[in-house]
Amino acid sequence: MVTLAIARSVAATVTDPELPMLTLADLGVLREVSESDGTVVVTITPTYTGCPAMDTMRDDLVHTLQDAGYDDVEVRTVLHPPWSSDWITAEGKRKLAEAGISPPGAAPRNDGPIPLTLGAPMHVVRCPRCGAAETEELSRFSATACKSLRRCRVCAEPFEHVKEI
Amino acid sequence: MSFDNAYEAVSEANDEARWAFGTGFEDPLSGVDTSLPSGVDGDDLAAYCLMLGDDALIMSHRLQQWCTRAPELEDEVALANIGLDLLGQARLLLTRAAKAEGSGRSEDSLASFRDEHEFRNVRLAELSTHDTADFAGVIAQLLVFSTWRLALLQRLTDSRDPVLAAIAAKGVKEVTYHRDYAAQWTVRLGDGTDYSHQRMQSALDDLWPYVGELFESHSVVERLPDIAVEPSELRVEFDDVLTQVCSAATLTVPDAPARAGVSGRTGRDGVHTEAMGYLLSEMQSVARAHPEATW
Repeated sequence: MVTLAIARSVAATVTDPELPMLTLADLGVLREVSESDGTVVVTITPTYTGCPAMDTMRDDLVHTLQDAGYDDVEVRTVLHPPWSSDWITAEGKRKLAEAGISPPGAAPRNDGPIPLTLGAPMHVVRCPRCGAAETEELSRFSATACKSLRRCRVCAEPFEHVKEI
Repeated sequence: MSFDNAYEAVSEANDEARWAFGTGFEDPLSGVDTSLPSGVDGDDLAAYCLMLGDDALIMSHRLQQWCTRAPELEDEVALANIGLDLLGQARLLLTRAAKAEGSGRSEDSLASFRDEHEFRNVRLAELSTHDTADFAGVIAQLLVFSTWRLALLQRLTDSRDPVLAAIAAKGVKEVTYHRDYAAQWTVRLGDGTDYSHQRMQSALDDLWPYVGELFESHSVVERLPDIAVEPSELRVEFDDVLTQVCSAATLTVPDAPARAGVSGRTGRDGVHTEAMGYLLSEMQSVARAHPEATW
């Protein structure tokens, strides 16, 4: 007999391999923990399709649950609905900011053709160190697929920003 | 933690599966319901997924070849990131293809153990720009590729195959960034110096003969109504975006006739350019040298 509430709370402690200050639950990657014939079934969704951390997440979930006494664990992937940065919890955003990574704003929504962005994005991203609103994008891409690289024009520090998708 | 040699640190004995390279990954569709939609021929669906998967795989490899060659560190990282996104899309699509054909092949065997005539990517994806370090060339290639693919994936989100629709919905979010990146560089180079303008215009002119192929229909697509996207439907959106970008970049949208295939056969039929053989010999070399290995 699987005690689902406990299994859920154990799974919720597993952290993201690339953003270790966040749990998979904070990140919105952990979608569901359920039970099927005595097996704990954990459902996760990738942030980006090429995310190389997915295999590590699966392994970490299995090992953490096994260490907590759940021998039969299955990790399933769901692709739909696609992950959105809106799924990062308020707690997750707070932890990101605390670690010097600027959390995402609201994700764009589109009906119809997706508009082309020829200039820098217009929304304000505050510097996670000094709080200034005068920051600029250096690159839409960074050390991981989910982040962009920015610089504060006031304190001159570079920082990472979790992209809105 | 100290280790006698570097490999020990990443070996399974240490129970830290931190390193995601090599083969032997878990199935990227594990736990996804991959049964076929009613009335769909598995071989046709597999052939279609191979086309879209090969486009992503080959374009990804071309972007990876830019590692250490980009003009700025930020662009090095950008091209690698875009390549990684496309590799992720390729893994899902090749896995979908393998499951639909039911032959026991996998994403790894499809990527590494098919020969040139079995690849179904459009020829645009295989064109080489890294060997001459032609940055305008890779930007032009990426602009055309991502504009076309974004229009395609967005329509594919309505596919009757729920797996294909889900893969497309994730891809739309990623390719939106890819297109913006290429469009912004096209404007910067086109509207830059006289020399950068001329290089950007030549890059577009050079690849334009491979644009027509992107919008040609195929018998596999025709056999998959409601599942596949008819390529000719993408042309209007593609032309709109290219006109918008070229106008901001003070460039001219080229007008060149499509490069003919061989007896009408092109990339989608496994007929490729000279560049393809060299690409595959590099991309597949490690897997073919150690065909039984997983690491």
